[in-house]
Amino acid sequence: MSIFNTFHVAGSALTAQSMRLNAVASNLANADSVVSSDGKPYRAKQVVFAATPMGSAAAQGVRVAQVVEDSSPARMVYDPRNPVADEKGYVAMPNVSVVDEMTNMISASRSYQTNAEVMNTAKQLLLKTLTLGQ
Amino acid sequence: MVNKLDSAFFLQQQALTLRANRQQVLAGNIANADTPHYQARDFDFASALQKAVSGGGEGSLRLAVTAAGHLPGSAESVPVRMMYRQVTQASADGNSVEMDVERAQFAENAIHYEAGMTFLSGKIKTLLAALQA
Repeated sequence: MSIFNTFHVAGSALTAQSMRLNAVASNLANADSVVSSDGKPYRAKQVVFAATPMGSAAAQGVRVAQVVEDSSPARMVYDPRNPVADEKGYVAMPNVSVVDEMTNMISASRSYQTNAEVMNTAKQLLLKTLTLGQ
Repeated sequence: MVNKLDSAFFLQQQALTLRANRQQVLAGNIANADTPHYQARDFDFASALQKAVSGGGEGSLRLAVTAAGHLPGSAESVPVRMMYRQVTQASADGNSVEMDVERAQFAENAIHYEAGMTFLSGKIKTLLAALQA
């Protein structure tokens, strides 16, 4: 039944987009975390999507291939009263771009909605198929 | 009689199978709207249906018939020739999914699927009426 595959495909996209949303939430929550678990400033995390066959070659789902850390340099903020400031008075802040993260969030939530709608359509078609001949 | 029923439903059955297949392909395109380097794909429904009805699905898998008692079974799903979609506005990450196009095709395909189902329902009702007459 290839319509069931549509559920798998849309479901994989829902999972991937929710992981992306999770990364955005983590980045936004830690936008001001000057010290993370390794003692260095927090680094923005981004998910990398990759297409993956589901059931048949025609059905291409999506999966999160890896979660990468943004390698751009830390944002230097002058704050000599901060206990983690260097000798010149600068504090290395996380390289999270709040604007980027907000657009990322909107994009992820829109994609999530679209795939939920795809699932709904597939469900309607399947239910209609069940009433065939009645 | 069963043979006749089979041939009465054959065209609609093939059409619905292909529509379901296409639904799955389009869902894949929508799912991969944010995947870098993903190429949107689709197939030509009209030619695929023509091939399916004429029994010559591209590279269709058929069982070898080597003895008189063998049944010529064939793979359930009709293999179709997948093609990449032509992009009008390419994106910088090499992804060729255009959400508006995909959504429109998806909705169109769903309606065609429902239409196919309605035709099939009508056919079943007609045959039932003939049986009860």
